[in-house]
Amino acid sequence: MDAYGILQILLYLALIVAITPLSGGYMARLFEGRLRFLAWVERPIYRLCGTAPEREQHWAAYALSLLAFNVLGMVALYALQRVQGILPANPAGMAAVPPDLAFNTAVSFVTNTNWQAYGGETTLSYLTQMAGMTVQNFVSAATGIAVAAALIRGFARKSAKTVGNFAVDLTRVVLYLLLPACVAGALVLVWLGVPQNLGGYTEATTLEGARQLIAQGPVASQMMIKHLGTNGGGFFNANAAHPFENPSATVNLIHMVAIFAIGAGLTNTFGRMVGDRRQGWAILAAMGVLFVAGVAAIWWADAAGNPALASLGVDQSLSPWHAGGNMEGKEVRFGVAVSALFAAITTAASCGAVIAMHDSLMPLAGMVPLVNILLGEVVVGGVGAGLYGMLVFVLIAVFIAGLMVGRTPEYLGKKIEAKEIKLAVIAILVFPVGILGLGAVGLAFGAAAIPASGPHGLTEILYAYASATGNNGSAFAGFGANTPLHNTLLAVAMLLGRFAVIVPTLAIAGSLAAKKTVPPSSGTFPTHGRMFVALLVAVVVVVGGLTFFPVLALGPVVEHLALAAGTLY
Amino acid sequence: MTVHRPRDMALLDRAALRDAAVGAVRKLDPRALVRNPVMFVTALVALAASGLTARGGEHFGAMVQISAWLWFTVLFANFAEAIAEGRGKAQAASLRRTKTDTTAKRVAAPDAAAFETVAAADLRTGDFVVCEAGDVIPGDGDVVAGIATVDESAITGESAAVIRESGGDRSAVTGGTRVVSDRIVVRISVDPGESFLDRMISLVEGAKRQKTPNEIALTILLVGMTLIFLFVVGSLPVFASWSGTAIPVVFLFALFVTLIPTTIGGLLSAIGIAGMDRLVKFNVIAKSGRAVEAAGDIDVLLLDKTGTITLGARQASEFLPLPMVNERDLAEAAFLSSLADDTPEGKSIVALARGRFGLAEPDQADMRFVAFTAQTRMSGVDFGGASIRKGAVDAILGLLGGGRGSRELANLVERVAKTGGTPLVVAKDGRALGVVHLKDIVKPGIRERFATLRSMGIKTVMITGDNPLTAAAIAAEAGVDDFLAEATPEAKLELIREYQQGGRLVAMCGDGSNDAPALAQADVGVAMNTGTQAAREAGNMVDLESDPTKLIEIVMIGKQLLMSRGALTTFSIANDIAKYFAIIPALFLASYPELQALNLMGLASPQSAVLSAIIFNALIIVALIPLALKGVRYRPAAADVLLKRNLLIYGVGGLVAPFAGIKLIDMAVAALGLA
Repeated sequence: MDAYGILQILLYLALIVAITPLSGGYMARLFEGRLRFLAWVERPIYRLCGTAPEREQHWAAYALSLLAFNVLGMVALYALQRVQGILPANPAGMAAVPPDLAFNTAVSFVTNTNWQAYGGETTLSYLTQMAGMTVQNFVSAATGIAVAAALIRGFARKSAKTVGNFAVDLTRVVLYLLLPACVAGALVLVWLGVPQNLGGYTEATTLEGARQLIAQGPVASQMMIKHLGTNGGGFFNANAAHPFENPSATVNLIHMVAIFAIGAGLTNTFGRMVGDRRQGWAILAAMGVLFVAGVAAIWWADAAGNPALASLGVDQSLSPWHAGGNMEGKEVRFGVAVSALFAAITTAASCGAVIAMHDSLMPLAGMVPLVNILLGEVVVGGVGAGLYGMLVFVLIAVFIAGLMVGRTPEYLGKKIEAKEIKLAVIAILVFPVGILGLGAVGLAFGAAAIPASGPHGLTEILYAYASATGNNGSAFAGFGANTPLHNTLLAVAMLLGRFAVIVPTLAIAGSLAAKKTVPPSSGTFPTHGRMFVALLVAVVVVVGGLTFFPVLALGPVVEHLALAAGTLY
Repeated sequence: MTVHRPRDMALLDRAALRDAAVGAVRKLDPRALVRNPVMFVTALVALAASGLTARGGEHFGAMVQISAWLWFTVLFANFAEAIAEGRGKAQAASLRRTKTDTTAKRVAAPDAAAFETVAAADLRTGDFVVCEAGDVIPGDGDVVAGIATVDESAITGESAAVIRESGGDRSAVTGGTRVVSDRIVVRISVDPGESFLDRMISLVEGAKRQKTPNEIALTILLVGMTLIFLFVVGSLPVFASWSGTAIPVVFLFALFVTLIPTTIGGLLSAIGIAGMDRLVKFNVIAKSGRAVEAAGDIDVLLLDKTGTITLGARQASEFLPLPMVNERDLAEAAFLSSLADDTPEGKSIVALARGRFGLAEPDQADMRFVAFTAQTRMSGVDFGGASIRKGAVDAILGLLGGGRGSRELANLVERVAKTGGTPLVVAKDGRALGVVHLKDIVKPGIRERFATLRSMGIKTVMITGDNPLTAAAIAAEAGVDDFLAEATPEAKLELIREYQQGGRLVAMCGDGSNDAPALAQADVGVAMNTGTQAAREAGNMVDLESDPTKLIEIVMIGKQLLMSRGALTTFSIANDIAKYFAIIPALFLASYPELQALNLMGLASPQSAVLSAIIFNALIIVALIPLALKGVRYRPAAADVLLKRNLLIYGVGGLVAPFAGIKLIDMAVAALGLA
């Protein structure tokens, strides 16, 4: 652990804290309908969809619109992959994607997971990438943000029947937030060396005289939305470790900041819209505590290096000739500290882009990204999803705290009653069902897909199901997910992790919006102080910890203990 | 007057324990168990474990013991509930005794002379009954004719008989009480089975106990956690099979039951019953648990001034003579005019004059006293040609020939009014002498009680018929946060609605019929037992001792109820961490010897680790029964202070305690050679 690494991490944290009120304030104005400079673009869109933009929806109608839109997107994306062979913009001549993989991929992009059971440059045509993947990158991100907006309105409104209009929210998020940021960002990326073209692959002769096919394409445009929208689906199979996706330290920093920009900003939007910004900062602080702990843990575990190599007399300490620590699976340009930072960011934020192979992290270091996902993707989390996921935990935390101070629990003046608890419990149950339930089925019937033996193999399949359920999309490489069984099960996990959380969340929004607001008194537990932050962190850790302690003990923990004792699997 | 509150039963009464033990077994009835989902699941697991054990197998000894302890877990939870119910049953039995074999003298109309004798159980709403000295009143109702003294000790524990009369605010009578003197006609107001006594009995027995809203929400959370652990434990054999580990099914059962929140699940209903029981001990009857829970949430408390904040009567505090009048002369005039005045105000004037000037009792032979009437609003005395009058300002001014009186007199009157007092003008022979300052005496200690309420986050509002000036002065002296002056029943109702519109929960107490609408509107309405039947019907609690300040205790009991649930939930969940560290290494030690590193407690063997965890899990329920019955201690403080304290005790305590407990049990298990 060196000063240079610490400085980079501090710089990153400072940038996020600085950006939070900016993006947060912008989104608050967006959700409240105060941004209208693109109204001339909006109007024809609404007319085309037959939407009355001023008419708001009941939560159930909002949820139905959302589901209908996403099912439609899924069908379109599936169809596009199945017929890409006969469509234009396919210079590499990619054939139709097989059904199970096409289904998995369609679900994956619609759910903002971007789990990739395929290699982008060897499977998809340019048309599929641009008209399919990139479109879903935008609208799946916008879907998550729309749900967060609806939930925030639920807290902010009093005795209201509606939570917003889905079509309007979706359109505005894309038009005012994602598109402008991505156009500007993509241009910056092109300027910094990321390719953006529609040309065929270039054939090159290497120094050794071998012939190499260099893949390229419209990379920059996909990069920006992939990070800003926490999609994570790389243009190339190597994702952000590929030099075309991530040519320099500056680009890397832009990627990392883009991943947290919206998620962190939403906490601020929340604070502004409920009329007390401290509430937003408290939630961000809880996320920050979990995040910094994660970064530190990965870095600490990886910087120590591999004891098995140490026993062979290899010097892994930081020196002018060695980046220090465990360098397996890392881009040498980035080293241990930034790889640790990126791994924590991408798993905390449900993004899934990677610059280092998580499979190659030391066992405890590899456990941290896994834990970030297992905790429910609430450490900043996917755009929108992180905030509403965290607010579900807030309800549980506030419920227990409320009982302990002897009052019917309330948060921001809204009484938390049986209905909200029931919905929150349903949302929280999704994780054990998707990860433990479907994971166990996958392991029982599809163990052949796991090449590694011993606890590491268990970690690999656990990570895959966690990544799918958490809509993260990153992979603990090694696991051969592209089989009909796993493609199907993982798709189900992704659907569960997305919509089985969104629907109860919207129901909570509707129920809260209908409630009166109780003004706070000294008997009310304040939810903006250190005490609340600590309680929230504890609830997230305890719920996640109790659910996944046994499997973590059987996976990374055993692997770590065995490695320390000299046993390799 | 003495008040007998129900005796505080010893926590561990031998007979009660025996009854509870029988009750614990009887509660194994699935129809009873299913009301408590966590315990129902535990019982199912215990049943399955027993079935597996019966088939025998490799770990037979451990299996027998684990199955037994699974059953004990259920039994201990039932035992906790039975003990809580038992405490109420003793009270119910004594109440029921007053109920049996009552007959009633039914009459066709209130003024009818002839009656027919019928069983009390046959009375219906609207029937009229006659009750004479020695009769037991057959049912709840209102006195429609007559006046009587009634012994209500069976219900209230109060030994002194009380007056009940038709009209006014003392017309309600309760079935089961006994007429001591005179004769009244009562209009029965409830059907059999719904009477006050019936409600009290079912309440203290916990028979018709309905889950309260927060209890329902908590149960949902506990069911959710149970489901989570179902997936955790259910998927574990598959994940274990990857490393070739086969876990004995009974061990999985043990893991499951130790993880699900059995501690709070087992004690949840005991906490609820005990909360109601504590209320009964304060001689307050709540008509539902919901009302008790709502009491803990109260934001605003409306209190009548008279009798609650101030002593019922005003007291003379000083004599204020006009210029040119001797203070002693004023005092003597006031003294003489009050000699025959039996009101507390009159008595206090006599006492003050005696105390100040040592006035002696004069010969009253030739004195002619003029009594106070609502029309004249003055009283006085005529003797030896002199005429003394004292009374309300405008009444005396009218007597003196109208007009506004002298400026000096007006000054004195205003001075008294400004401090919240009531001025009484004394005049002799058509000339004003001065003013007697009648002061509302704020009850001693009431200020501190309001400070307590404030620290609990509750705003107090004083309701009074006084003018705003007087009300403000008393409000300041008593330390209430706000007041409603010149209050009418409509204004009271409006005030409650206004607070409720703002999202606040309002409590109030009242006794009169005109309080009934406000009592019904308030979230927590405490009716005084001395009040009218209408008020008692409208409120959701009845205070048998008719002490309005008792709302503070009611609020505290409501809060305690929630806190006990929250604290035990936290404790229960925090316990799981230690249980994991006991059981997980034990289950996988054979496949991964490295996991010995997680055996933080250094437990002797895998079997003993599993057994110790399940024993701890069962015994902790018994250990926490006293806490569940007594409730978590509540001291008024700000919410964050309370939370910090409870998190420290029950969160951190719940984390640490099982490490020590399981280790100790493990040492015992190993020493006894049980595993």
